[in-house]
Amino acid sequence: MPISPEALIFYPAAAMLICAALAVIMVRNPVHAALSLVVCFFASAVLWMLLEAEFLGIALVLVYVGAVMVLFLFVVMMLDINVAVLREGFVRRAPFAALAAIIMTGLLVWAVWFERLGLPEFAKPALRPEGYSNTTEIGKVMYTEYVYPFEIASVILLVGIVAAIALTLRRRGGTKHQDPAQQVKVRREDRIRLVKVEAEKNH
Amino acid sequence: MISLYHYLTLGAVLFSIAMAGFFLNRKNVIVLLMCVEMMLLAVNMNFVAFSRYLDDMAGQVFVFFILTVAAAEAAIGLAILVVLFRNRASINVEDMDSMKG
Repeated sequence: MPISPEALIFYPAAAMLICAALAVIMVRNPVHAALSLVVCFFASAVLWMLLEAEFLGIALVLVYVGAVMVLFLFVVMMLDINVAVLREGFVRRAPFAALAAIIMTGLLVWAVWFERLGLPEFAKPALRPEGYSNTTEIGKVMYTEYVYPFEIASVILLVGIVAAIALTLRRRGGTKHQDPAQQVKVRREDRIRLVKVEAEKNH
Repeated sequence: MISLYHYLTLGAVLFSIAMAGFFLNRKNVIVLLMCVEMMLLAVNMNFVAFSRYLDDMAGQVFVFFILTVAAAEAAIGLAILVVLFRNRASINVEDMDSMKG
């Protein structure tokens, strides 16, 4: 049976995704876990490109690898974590975790693969014609039918920014900083005092 | 031949691995947050696959919104984590028991 080019991309990317996902939950060092998650996102982006969702594939790399994972790495490196304490009981819990994962996978695969979700078979869709733009199509739907959720999403991002800054902002005591308001408010009378000095008598 | 079911199975496996991560790393909040991100990725994978095979753009729009909300969630979650570490000098879940829940 000849291997289709699609399978040639799908299986390596899927294997990479699963191996990286396993690394995220198993490695000892949180920095390595974050970097494995980056590999996860890259492999997913490849698969989404294969599904002809080019815009989302690029968005995943830009937003997740470029922003969210950098944030994760910053936080992991900023905090001085004692990994040994956090790893206590790792081996003891491993069998339960494996059992839960196997049961979950088994049920989901059974529902998807054998029951076919109780739906009729989905036919393989035709390839998009040349000149088809995924970004344009998403834009057409997003700015018409979903324009109100789109506005709400922007508000959610704004709330995220404000919350993140408000939570982490703090005033340290003992630092020397300027207060521009005070500097602007100052007047001549506050700083300068003209004194009339009596002239001394000549002897 | 790669069908819709291949993608759905991959999403299921990814979701299960993330769930196993919750069992394994019960104490490390950072890894727990990463597992949440992985679960969302698995869900997004299903959305994109269905969007392609049903030929409906709505699925991809939903993925876009999930990405937005997940980014905001990660930012706020990590901010809370930083504040927590500043006050407690620990990110161990078991140390967070001041409310005696």
